[in-house]
Amino acid sequence: MIEFRSVTKTYPDGTDAVADFSLVVPAHTTTVLVGSSGSGKTTLLRMINRMVEPTSGTIEIDGESIADRDPVRLRRSIGYVLQNGGLLPHHRVVDNVATVLRLEGTPKNEARQQALEVLDVVGLDRRLADRYPSQLSGGQQQRVGVARALAADPNILLMDEPFGAVDPIVRSELQTETLRLQQQLHKTIVFVTHDIDEAFLLGDQVVILSTGAQVAQIGSPSEIIENPADDFVASFIGAERGARALHTKETGHGTVLVDGTGRTQGRLVEGGQGAA
Amino acid sequence: MELFAEALAWIFSSDAQSGSLPLSEAIATHLAFTFVSVLIAAAIAVPAGWVVGHTGRGREAAVALSGAARAVPSFGLVLLLVLVFGVTHKVGASTTAFVLLAIPPILAGAYSGVEAVDRRVVDGARAVGMTPRQVLGRVEIPLGLPLLIGGLRSATLQVVATVTLAGYVGSWGLGFYIVQGIQIRDFAQILGAALVIVVLAVLLDLLFALLERAVVPRGVRARHETSS
Repeated sequence: MIEFRSVTKTYPDGTDAVADFSLVVPAHTTTVLVGSSGSGKTTLLRMINRMVEPTSGTIEIDGESIADRDPVRLRRSIGYVLQNGGLLPHHRVVDNVATVLRLEGTPKNEARQQALEVLDVVGLDRRLADRYPSQLSGGQQQRVGVARALAADPNILLMDEPFGAVDPIVRSELQTETLRLQQQLHKTIVFVTHDIDEAFLLGDQVVILSTGAQVAQIGSPSEIIENPADDFVASFIGAERGARALHTKETGHGTVLVDGTGRTQGRLVEGGQGAA
Repeated sequence: MELFAEALAWIFSSDAQSGSLPLSEAIATHLAFTFVSVLIAAAIAVPAGWVVGHTGRGREAAVALSGAARAVPSFGLVLLLVLVFGVTHKVGASTTAFVLLAIPPILAGAYSGVEAVDRRVVDGARAVGMTPRQVLGRVEIPLGLPLLIGGLRSATLQVVATVTLAGYVGSWGLGFYIVQGIQIRDFAQILGAALVIVVLAVLLDLLFALLERAVVPRGVRARHETSS
């Protein structure tokens, strides 16, 4: 469990990136921080592994304040996936994945062996292990980034807009893959995105942020769609338009659902087995 | 063209091979001055440049120093230092002058190499738990190596040319033939010595050009290979 308590981040020029932010991130679930640029979502994420130090307030992991922990050791215990991979261009894929293991003193061959196994976990062909990052596609690089984050088997995984720079088809593939991984691994994931669809797809808990990391609404995707807290949330999630503004239409074969652009999205089934 | 022929003839003449200062000895001294000066300069400027590039501290000072040093007249510096050190310390004075001339390009190569590393790569390295020292040693230095070698390259070329001036203050190096040639009006000798210096400079430049390519990390080079 990760807990933010009245966390504030003020930059030297006086801007409040984060003002009095509190949040509980439950263990073994995915919490998505979503907001437009300037909402402080990345700042919040980077505070968890002390890449950014809060100006005031505390952050606790399993009841222990991270301010007391050595930043380097803390970072090695937390997986971090960056938007552009952030891979080391001069190291082979397998060595990139083995980075944290090597930093922690695992012998080279053992670390590589483990890295190869992690490549299997994220669905990367072992034949890519000896390539350099620049020889991979964007989607493959992101998988390597995820593999590197998972290699030392951390409890917590931080993902900073990891799929922001890949094309929509690959992005949707990676999203599906993330869901599959999470079902298998049950990590505590904090995921940052500006894409509300991605947030609703991946998040058990979704936190919608407005400027200065003000929480506009926290809830499950269903709760937020069913009951947007205010107009900001409603407009942010696009409740009134497009794919989420559905209306019913009677046809000869029963009732169907039509979205805001006039496309039929599905059939209304009585007594559906929805979890909501 | 006749002068060129005479100059070439001088280079291979018995006079140049076994006169008061044999050509081979002059070349050896010339190169020794060059390498020792560049090595000393590198020992000072490389660590300093890495620290400046890694921390970003002292960057303005480093930029100002590299820029200002271009305006320093090398001949003036050599003579000034000989006067300051005294004529009994000509070797030390000349070497100090060459070291001072070599420092700015090496410093610039070292810090710009580190600085030019993609910030996202550095950020990633920190985020997975590398200590600042590991970030410098495993990421910034290897990726910044080509620019550092570039700095060493221009320093070496500058010094190999400037060592010629040492011929004015002492009777060593290839500059000796030029100074002596002017006095005895032996133009073949002047041009011959100048040609040897040019060849040395070109060979050193070539060597560094090869080295510069060799130190590009494989993963970085791979990108160029696949995209071309």
